[in-house]
Amino acid sequence: MNSPISTNPQQFPGSMRLLHWLMAALVLTMLCIGVAMVASLYDYHQLVSIHRPLGMLILLLVVIRYINRRLHQLPPFPSNFPPSERFVATASEILLYSLLFLIPFIGWGMLSAARYPIVMFGSFHLFPILPHNVMLYAFLRKTHTILAYVLFFAFAAHFSAVLFHTWVLRDRLFDRMAPWKARVR
Amino acid sequence: MKIAQGGTLLVNDVSTSRDKQMANSSAGAFFVRAGGVGVIALAVVGIFLWLGGWFSPHKLTPARFTDVFEQTFGVHSGFRRNHAKGVCVTGFFESNGKGTRLSKAQIFKPGRFPVIGRFSIGGGDPYGADSPDAVRAIGLQFSQPDGEKWRTAMVSLPVFPFKDPQGFYDNMVASLPDPNTHKPDPEKMKAFLANHPETLRAFGIIKSQPLPTGFDNSTFYSLNAFRLVDANGTSIPVRWTLVPVQPFVAADPTAPHTDKNYLFDGLIASIHQHPLQWRLMLIIGQPGDSTNDPSSPWPNTREQVDAGTLTVDTLESEATSPTRDINFDPMVLPAGIAPSDDPFLSARSAVYSQSFTRRAGEKKEPSAITLSEVQK
Repeated sequence: MNSPISTNPQQFPGSMRLLHWLMAALVLTMLCIGVAMVASLYDYHQLVSIHRPLGMLILLLVVIRYINRRLHQLPPFPSNFPPSERFVATASEILLYSLLFLIPFIGWGMLSAARYPIVMFGSFHLFPILPHNVMLYAFLRKTHTILAYVLFFAFAAHFSAVLFHTWVLRDRLFDRMAPWKARVR
Repeated sequence: MKIAQGGTLLVNDVSTSRDKQMANSSAGAFFVRAGGVGVIALAVVGIFLWLGGWFSPHKLTPARFTDVFEQTFGVHSGFRRNHAKGVCVTGFFESNGKGTRLSKAQIFKPGRFPVIGRFSIGGGDPYGADSPDAVRAIGLQFSQPDGEKWRTAMVSLPVFPFKDPQGFYDNMVASLPDPNTHKPDPEKMKAFLANHPETLRAFGIIKSQPLPTGFDNSTFYSLNAFRLVDANGTSIPVRWTLVPVQPFVAADPTAPHTDKNYLFDGLIASIHQHPLQWRLMLIIGQPGDSTNDPSSPWPNTREQVDAGTLTVDTLESEATSPTRDINFDPMVLPAGIAPSDDPFLSARSAVYSQSFTRRAGEKKEPSAITLSEVQK
């Protein structure tokens, strides 16, 4: 067994863990803001004003995160993962990355198609990426909501699965993505 | 088999199997912990849905607010849920620069800025008949050279009859036809007015003012207060009005109108004669003037700054104008114009957005004010 301070080959690289936890906090905040703002009269404007720039930040981060992921060697699957779980883990990773990219991108597109100003902060706003077409807006608006719910339930499944592994199976799966340096075992 | 502290098995241990892991703790403890994961997962989902209002069936949401418009006027495919009947215009705003000492917005710097807009009357029926007491409205989008937009939706009422969004909603609910009699229940309206003296007071102010004959000689009011922010970041409360350059002519409320589009036809005829103009007046609030209650008028003595002239010179039917497909969200503001503490502003933004999203996906039926009507 290696010394406890050496790099743990079972742990994701530091940059990947940093991006994971940063985005986890932002995306959870974003999901809560999104679901609350559409049901809110009095806080609607305040929440939308946070929702728009936060979405663009998530879009930027997911692109950085994907590039960073391709640049790094990933730790192997835990050996206690049967092929079926490896498949589920890979598929859910593809799903989560896709949603994290698509949802903010569709948000940008739908505001463009409705010709809403895409205000970030102050007088800085983004350019529209689609022509003015309200039918297209309506379709993208609905898709944005559906995919956001899919993302939330995918998050809930991901969270529950890690919790199950770590707390019930006690296989220390969490250590792979722990924000701190996990002990080598 | 290597066993770490606490009896947990090593992830790296190739001999590890799921069965051995489970056997490592007692079956009872396993199921308790697995149940715990289930409870936590349900709680996470529950909190999320609670935030989304899934467990608050009586909360006043943008969707429920929009529903009551649909219950009152029916659903007219592709039309705005309120101010459904309208005609589109284009023109420009010539700023005289007097607003620059109050706001850093480009729109107040001297110059000429393109404007698109839409005249409408209140109510959700796109084919209803015009009447002398119809609430007239104008939605405008001013475009600044820096790309920022200013959208404002103004009506011909000097004060709004409701002090908060809940009052507006409750009034609409009280006006809904009774399912048995198919008429509004006068007792419900009586009860509403008994609890809303501000509504009676506002109706008193509205009725004390003579009605103008048309759109062209109507004054339009911002209703809500906003804030103007200058280059130093100092902000002051403001309400704005569009005061017609066309002379005021009082309507004869008893005169019969055979043309159900007479207000719009009058507007079309007058624009074909000459461009129509309004002066944009910025009314500066003083301490004590209500900024969060549009039913509360400001004294007539407040300083008014004439910021420039709006000229409307071209007409377009809804079928061809981009304004049909724009949401005149009053919270689309350039830097230099900011919202006040009026809860109506966020509520209008939310409900307009809901109405916009619903109609956006619907088949667009032709407007009552057609292309041929506009070209007459």
